[in-house]
Amino acid sequence: MHPAFSVIFLTTLIGAAQGLFLALFTVQSYAAFKLLPQPDAHAFYGQGSLMALLLLVAGLGASFFHLGRPERAWRSAAMWRTSWLSREVIVLPAFIGVVFLYGLVHWFGWHPVLMILPGDLPVDPSAILGVAGTLLAFALFVCTGMIYACLKFLAEWHSPLTIINYILLGGASGFMLAAAFAAFTAPEHVGFLAGWAAIITLLGLISRTASLYRNARLKPKSTLQTAIGIKHPKITQKTQGFMGGSFNTREFFHGQPVAVLRGVKWFFLIAVFPVPLLLLLSAMQGYSGLLPAAFGLQYLGLLAERWFFFAQANHPQNLYYQSIA
Amino acid sequence: MTQLALVIDLNVCVGCQACVTSCKEWNTSGSAGPMVDQNPYGADPTGTFFNRVQTFEVGEFPNTETVHFPKSCLHCEDPPCVPVCPTGASYKRKEDGIVLVNYDKCIGCKYCSWACPYGARELDEQQQVMKKCTLCVDRIYDTSMAEADRKPSCVLACPTSARLFGDVHDPESAVSLAIRESGGYPLMPEWGTHPANHYLPRRKTRIKIHEDELERADNPLKVDRQLPRPATNEPTLDDFTTW
Repeated sequence: MHPAFSVIFLTTLIGAAQGLFLALFTVQSYAAFKLLPQPDAHAFYGQGSLMALLLLVAGLGASFFHLGRPERAWRSAAMWRTSWLSREVIVLPAFIGVVFLYGLVHWFGWHPVLMILPGDLPVDPSAILGVAGTLLAFALFVCTGMIYACLKFLAEWHSPLTIINYILLGGASGFMLAAAFAAFTAPEHVGFLAGWAAIITLLGLISRTASLYRNARLKPKSTLQTAIGIKHPKITQKTQGFMGGSFNTREFFHGQPVAVLRGVKWFFLIAVFPVPLLLLLSAMQGYSGLLPAAFGLQYLGLLAERWFFFAQANHPQNLYYQSIA
Repeated sequence: MTQLALVIDLNVCVGCQACVTSCKEWNTSGSAGPMVDQNPYGADPTGTFFNRVQTFEVGEFPNTETVHFPKSCLHCEDPPCVPVCPTGASYKRKEDGIVLVNYDKCIGCKYCSWACPYGARELDEQQQVMKKCTLCVDRIYDTSMAEADRKPSCVLACPTSARLFGDVHDPESAVSLAIRESGGYPLMPEWGTHPANHYLPRRKTRIKIHEDELERADNPLKVDRQLPRPATNEPTLDDFTTW
């Protein structure tokens, strides 16, 4: 497939935002159970939510560049019964709304106790919004992943690993960003967030490697024989019917030599996993100034990862476009 | 239920591209149009087409066969492009099974093109909406035309009658008969899309001649041996020799 930068930015930006929100609410949950000290709500949760919100809006903005007719984007919420894309279009604004409200109640310190749970746990609006946001964040990961995983023709994507990767890689970059952000607003939580960022990054390494392993061993279901229905071991295309380009030759081919593909793969394997992990380890030793660099590098790596994710997918329609003349 | 479709006979398609040009001509000026070309005379021309004819070589020299292969939307009975559409712009008509795009609803997200294994859908570079073969829906029901003209443009243009058009759910239709009796097959059956369009395979016409058919066995002159038997390189017509 031809990697579209609008979708690359959409999925990486909202993935980081979802992870960041999950990190914020994880800290809040730990603090509610008194497992962690409560950070400054305005600085940590309020500004953290603002940052998540900015990432989400930037991602949403990027997605419009993917549309031929962006002015009709509102129509895309219609077919949520059948289309994962439509479901994402509904869940993303809902998540943005909840993150906005969550940030708002923390920003203005609005914490009326709504009820007391057994164990003397006070529940305030931010806790309810946090739970709602967590559910929506995971729903959004599933919707985004399923947009690709539900396409059975694209064998590289048609796997539960696609959704797991979206969750883990988005989560890793979000926790990484939260750790970097905590270095400035809640230094006592850097170790906790960096630890989780390292764990999720490691899990992401396992699942992404598993999908690379799986994809390298895929056997295409469609062949030229089934594509044109002629049973002969040797069929070669002589013309594709035209000599210029067409939508079919632009949308489904990445147009890069194998060396570039391999280079991008190794770049993201290094930039997303081992180097940020080393920087995280050094941060946990007290060098937290390196955390923004760890997030920045991992995000760059994730851009490459997403590019590779699209480029690696081999669409069966390409069987019909193998030779110009 | 009606399911209109094309049946394309690969045995007689000569790859003349008449269906390609007549499709483009009709649809660029019809309700699906315009199907704009960009840089038509430049270095890198491109444009929207509903139908293409490709050419494949089967076998290895010198035992090769050239197969011309027309390809357009197959109007699948279970179209994978329809459920993925977020706006409902892609739909399959209940009354005749034609898969269509509502150009006023399409947002140009290209997701349906990813979901079609055949590459049947193209984004129109000017209108920025998804387009595909409509089976000339604006023509086949047009009662102002003569009955014989109410067929897809590509079918009417084909000089060798390689393209048949009709209802594949009607067992008595010419297309059903062709599929049934000439070995019609769908493309990429492994995906379960159940394409309505079918293709008829290449056929070899072979004739077996037995040795006794080369000579006239009941020639009375031969029985009587009145004339000498001619050499084998001489003509053997009945009115020319006795053999």
